[in-house]
Amino acid sequence: MDVLEKLTILTDAAKYDAACTSSGGDRTSRKGYIGNTSSSVAGCCHSFSADGRCVSLLKVLLTNRCVYDCKYCVNRRSNETKRAFFTPEELADLTISFYRRNYIEGLFLSSGVYRSPDYTTELMIRTLRLLRETYRFNGYIHAKAIPGTAPELVEQLGLLADRISVNIELPSEAGLRALAPDKTKGAILAPMRQIQSRSLQSKEELVKYRHAPRFAPAGQSTQLIVGATADSDFHILRLTQGLYDRYHLKRVFYSAYIPVVEHALLPSRDVAPPLLREHRLYQADWLLRFYGFRAEELLDEEHPDIDPRVDPKCSWALSHLGFFPIEVNTADYMSLLRVPGVGVTSARRILSARRVGRLQIEDLRKLGVVMKRAQYFLTASGRAVPGLRFSPESLLAGLLAAERPSLPQPPMEQLSLFDSPG
Amino acid sequence: MSEMIYTYDGSFEGFLCCIFESYANKEVLTAICRDEDFLPTLFAVRAVQTDRSHAGRVYRKVVKLSPYGAKLLQKGFLTCLTDKELCLYRLTVKLLRDGPSFLRDRSDETLYPVIKAVGHLDGEAHLLKGFVRFSELGGVLGGEIEPKNRVLPLLRSHFCARYRDESFFLYDRTHREALFYTAGKAVIRPLESFQMAPPDEAEARYRLLWKRFYDTIAIQERYDPKGRRTHMPMRYWSTMTEFQGEEAFKAQSPSAGGPVPGVPGGIPAPGIRPGSGRSAPGSVL
Repeated sequence: MDVLEKLTILTDAAKYDAACTSSGGDRTSRKGYIGNTSSSVAGCCHSFSADGRCVSLLKVLLTNRCVYDCKYCVNRRSNETKRAFFTPEELADLTISFYRRNYIEGLFLSSGVYRSPDYTTELMIRTLRLLRETYRFNGYIHAKAIPGTAPELVEQLGLLADRISVNIELPSEAGLRALAPDKTKGAILAPMRQIQSRSLQSKEELVKYRHAPRFAPAGQSTQLIVGATADSDFHILRLTQGLYDRYHLKRVFYSAYIPVVEHALLPSRDVAPPLLREHRLYQADWLLRFYGFRAEELLDEEHPDIDPRVDPKCSWALSHLGFFPIEVNTADYMSLLRVPGVGVTSARRILSARRVGRLQIEDLRKLGVVMKRAQYFLTASGRAVPGLRFSPESLLAGLLAAERPSLPQPPMEQLSLFDSPG
Repeated sequence: MSEMIYTYDGSFEGFLCCIFESYANKEVLTAICRDEDFLPTLFAVRAVQTDRSHAGRVYRKVVKLSPYGAKLLQKGFLTCLTDKELCLYRLTVKLLRDGPSFLRDRSDETLYPVIKAVGHLDGEAHLLKGFVRFSELGGVLGGEIEPKNRVLPLLRSHFCARYRDESFFLYDRTHREALFYTAGKAVIRPLESFQMAPPDEAEARYRLLWKRFYDTIAIQERYDPKGRRTHMPMRYWSTMTEFQGEEAFKAQSPSAGGPVPGVPGGIPAPGIRPGSGRSAPGSVL
């Protein structure tokens, strides 16, 4: 089998992983080495695939052979599919050649479980070591830690990679038991805990010794599959919040479940992936990380799912109308962040601009405030947008109208002359 | 105070000299244009001669008032803003008159057009850090871009750090200039025309591998052409490997000739410092 065919099989098997970020790395250029990591906080996208997702890393599996039989996965043992295996040399050559041509920012290495988690991880370590030591690659590497791997191997992996991730995949233990019988909650959380405490230790050592080894300097992330099990948004958000609070994760990714297999326990194959729900979860995730919201403020037991019609911040604002309007010349940063249409950047710009002079409502658009949403919730120097009238009922209609163009449109129906009416 | 049109040589120093002259002669400018773009009008015209010491005096004064303001001038000069010279001139006049505090207020009417144009420049440079595609031509990496703004000075440090031990060049089709880097030294020089050499065996193979990877990584069930165009506008596609026609993936035997394929005759190969040319922005001061 030639490299082109291997690449095709192992890319196809890896594409369902949502994470493809290259942010948080801080490798600077070194003499005798190739590469650095992007100095921008946001990482660097090298292309966007036909599904609109960022292509930043060479995202492949080392092998798609797997001893596990997770029901939702294309690579499960019982699936009839072509299997392939990259040798460490092939993968290192691909990475370096792609990197030199500026196709990619680095390597995202995942793998099916071949023989055992330990054996697979050892193969991954061999590949990464070849890349780092022989090819002197100084770009970004994201490696997957496989649940159930020995701590010593996770340690070695972390010293070679920039970011490590352990995928939780199913948001509840019941889901795991039903769909991924080979994995347990404990086996997933153990390496997460280890990565967290080890990178904390590494940071402390770096303060004392400049050349102390860096353990996963870009932190760790995970992925949750949305829509394969019956878990509510509230459950998912609370889990996310716990992961950020307790495990200091950099990111939690959500992946709308795409039915790849017919199984009694899974949604049927003709169910469309819940893309809008995934989008709303990402919006709520941002609110948790950058806007000072708590999961309990956004949702509760009575309202366990996010309203798909408007974004979660609008939804919160609509149920807390007493909090508004906010006066932009006096409100503090955290209150500004609660206004729909005001983001982290525009809130900072407001703080900076109002030190020079009083802000007027006309200035806000230039500061980056999205007025079609924010107008209902703001005043500037005591004045709202001239001519704006609304009641709590028309407010929702106004926000829905502002939202509509960005929502997926219902598919057009082809009219046929020959269909019988009715 | 009389109203004037100034013409200058198109360099950043030349532009700073326009500001210097307008103060020296107590003249208010209604337009500043490059010598070659100038069309005769009824207004009085002054052709400004570039004097590095005058330019330095203006620049140092701006830096002293606000280093951020100086950064805006430098970057603003690289943008594709129409009448960028006049906008930057007005910004400088206001900075000298009122002091730097207005630079904190993005909604200020003098600042807003400049900061928006600089944002566009920064955004384009950030995207191109990812979208630039190099081809290996006889050990040298070469790439082409077609940006709206003059992004090469902003891309220089990024690519020089990334490909530290390589030699590469990057050609800007829009502004007809190229960034050359070899042995730790980078220069930006005007380059009238450039034609990329066809790929050799190995290059064609890697292009094909990349194209296959790109096509495979997309999930069919999530097909979203609008999302892709939003993140990656189609004007960038023309220079990206994955959107090239079949020709780009076919190896062709290199024609016998120059030592470095891809570098056209008469153009100095990367590493050989060309003779004096128009100074490139970013290398000034």
